[in-house]
Amino acid sequence: MTLQECYAALDGDFAGVSGRLPSEKFIQKYVLKFLDDGSFDLLLQSMETENWEEAFRAAHTIKGMCQNLDFTRLYRSSSALSEALRHGVTPEAPGLLEQVRADYGQTVEAIRAFREGLGA
Amino acid sequence: MNSPEQRRRQRILIADDSEMNRSILADMLGEEYDILEAEDGVKAVAALQKYRAEIDLVLLDIVMPEMDGFEVLTLMNQQGWIEDIPVIMITAETAPAHVERAYNLGATDFINRPFNAIVVHRRVVNTTLLYAKQKKLVGMVADQIYEKERQSSLMIDILSHTVEFRNGESGQHVLHIRTLTELFLQHLALKTDRYPLTQADIRLISTASTLHDIGKISIPGAVINKPGRLTQEEFEIMKTHTTVGSDMMDNLPSHQQDPLVKVARSICRWHHERWDGRGYPDGLKGDEIPISAQIVALADVYDALTSPRVYKPAIPHSKAVEMILDGQCGVFNPLLMECLTEMAPKLPEEMGGDTGDRVSRMEMRSVADELHRHEELSASERTLQLLEHERMKFSFFAAMSKEIQFEYTVVPPMITLNTWGANRLGLKETVMDPIHSESVLHIMDAGTMASLSQALQATSPAQPVVKFDCRTRIGEEDRWTRIIARATWSSDEPPQYTGAIGKAIDIHDSRMKLDTLERMASHDNLTGLLNHASARERIIARMEDEPGSRFAMAIIDLDHFKSANDTYGHIFGDNVLRFLAAKLCESIRGGDIAARVGGDEFLLFLEYRGDARPIISRIFNALTSCSFENFPISISMGVARTAVVGTDYETLFNAADQALYAVKRSGRGRYRFYDEGMRKMFSAISPIDGAEGGDEYKGEDGILL
Repeated sequence: MTLQECYAALDGDFAGVSGRLPSEKFIQKYVLKFLDDGSFDLLLQSMETENWEEAFRAAHTIKGMCQNLDFTRLYRSSSALSEALRHGVTPEAPGLLEQVRADYGQTVEAIRAFREGLGA
Repeated sequence: MNSPEQRRRQRILIADDSEMNRSILADMLGEEYDILEAEDGVKAVAALQKYRAEIDLVLLDIVMPEMDGFEVLTLMNQQGWIEDIPVIMITAETAPAHVERAYNLGATDFINRPFNAIVVHRRVVNTTLLYAKQKKLVGMVADQIYEKERQSSLMIDILSHTVEFRNGESGQHVLHIRTLTELFLQHLALKTDRYPLTQADIRLISTASTLHDIGKISIPGAVINKPGRLTQEEFEIMKTHTTVGSDMMDNLPSHQQDPLVKVARSICRWHHERWDGRGYPDGLKGDEIPISAQIVALADVYDALTSPRVYKPAIPHSKAVEMILDGQCGVFNPLLMECLTEMAPKLPEEMGGDTGDRVSRMEMRSVADELHRHEELSASERTLQLLEHERMKFSFFAAMSKEIQFEYTVVPPMITLNTWGANRLGLKETVMDPIHSESVLHIMDAGTMASLSQALQATSPAQPVVKFDCRTRIGEEDRWTRIIARATWSSDEPPQYTGAIGKAIDIHDSRMKLDTLERMASHDNLTGLLNHASARERIIARMEDEPGSRFAMAIIDLDHFKSANDTYGHIFGDNVLRFLAAKLCESIRGGDIAARVGGDEFLLFLEYRGDARPIISRIFNALTSCSFENFPISISMGVARTAVVGTDYETLFNAADQALYAVKRSGRGRYRFYDEGMRKMFSAISPIDGAEGGDEYKGEDGILL
């Protein structure tokens, strides 16, 4: 699987990110690094404990990373969720969390598949 | 020659809570810049506090935990850091309100997410270049100003020395006047607000003071250097040096509005005026005379008295002060006389300092000259390098030593710990607002913290070190800790308390050992009761503390103890003593004192209300109604009350002793209160049990006399 195919699988904008960041190697480094980031776990945990401020920051961090890596799909849902949490919880938040969960799963799955291809 | 930009790699602080964002930016910039990272606002502030002028740019995220980007910007404004350190905001927050707020707080530029490598790079380079140029210009201007000041003070020195040499004076006079003027002004400014004197005013007046006698240039040498007393006519000529001096200033072709010239004019004209209007040339009175001239007049008189002149030898300091205070040199402002009186004891020492000061000033100049010769290293650049070196040394030693080191600043309220110390205390290396931080208060309670803070603020710049022992809670353990700290004071006048640096040492073990030793010294080994000496101390203290209370002292003797020892052995005897000691402890209340005062003698000291009899009776019965391993306990007890004999310890003790003697005489196993009738009896302490022969155990209530 190429990096471009990975982007297609996670519904991202490969052309966009290639135009901004210095090289494919650079992009690949941070795409792989995305797997190690703890913000998603923090998001789930703080939604669970109803720590809305922390949940907002976690969603905001995910949004920021997706924006930098042009993970368009997950960017949209995490962006919507962070807006819904900006001033405390809103009725939409739980539904948006489910969308983020689904998109995050898809993104991580695509990156993992890409990583396995590298190892082979 | 290298440019400064090439010598020191520029340093960028990236503050963003997302590790990935920091990492991407560091990757984009790391080849050209040194990168510092901060994961929240507090850490960003700590880095700014630590590196200050060595940070060339901050990349600042808005949404961060602990302290957000706006709060960091606000603090940078309060501290004035924003003047020198450019800030670029990194954000996806494109709301105009956010942008406007950040610009208003002094942000230089924005980098929007998603990052574009080229844009990020260009913005950073542009901003750092701009500021590097600005810094370099600031440095050049500072160096130039320094050079200009140096030159003008040199010119003034040359000019005033010229006058001096013509006057045949030592050449030290102008120096002395300048030093004295500065000392008097500093003291006066501390003492009163009556004359508005800033540090800049003080410098200006001190510099101008050296020109006070410049009008003497017009006085004929024959008059100035005449060894004997001046004639009336000659004196009139001499007096004109004041008006000539002020005319010289007035007739300067330019610079008449210059503050230095204006002050110098006042000083030249009026440094011979006197508070009572009897000076010359204008006969001004009181505060009509500018304070600058008043002070130079005083300095002039003092120096003239204490220096040798053609017409007189030097007069000793104390005599000179006495003469001035006495009005022998004319009348001065009473406030200045107070200053002179207060300063007199230290004046010769501080005057002695002026030559040293001069040497160090000259040294400073030669260092400055050296720097100028090596043009590639300007003064400000070198300072930075020295700073960096010092910091490296400090952090190396801090990391090596296993002790808690800290730095506290009042503004912003923040405590910074070394890594080892932070781990030991379970705190972060930087804690904002420590006085209200729960985790800090867990370690040191608010009261202790307040006393420490008080102790630090009570120091002075000359003696800033505090040694402070206190209980702290470290981990889950209470430990004695000694804090040795140095308060930091600003160089303002008066100095402001700005914080402290110091270390905390664990003294728990040695303190505990000391406590044990103290306990051993004050207690009886066998029974654990107090010994006689320490009981005496406590009893005296107790009676002094509560002079209105009623106390009773009882001396208790264990009957038949010698025969118990003889019959059952010493170990048994010791156990009986321990048993009785335990019984004593059971029968008294918290504030009472129990002690072993001799072989089988014990002492009780207790407070009572109303009548002592019921208490004494209860204690006596408790002690006698038991036996130890079939050895029936019988005691004799003599009691004395402060209500009867007063509160002198020896009198009280002797009275109880005499009462005890009376009990023994009348057959033991009882108690008695001391009364006046016993005064003539002998002490009961010396007779040995059984010496009077054949005593029987009586075991009944005491009798009362």
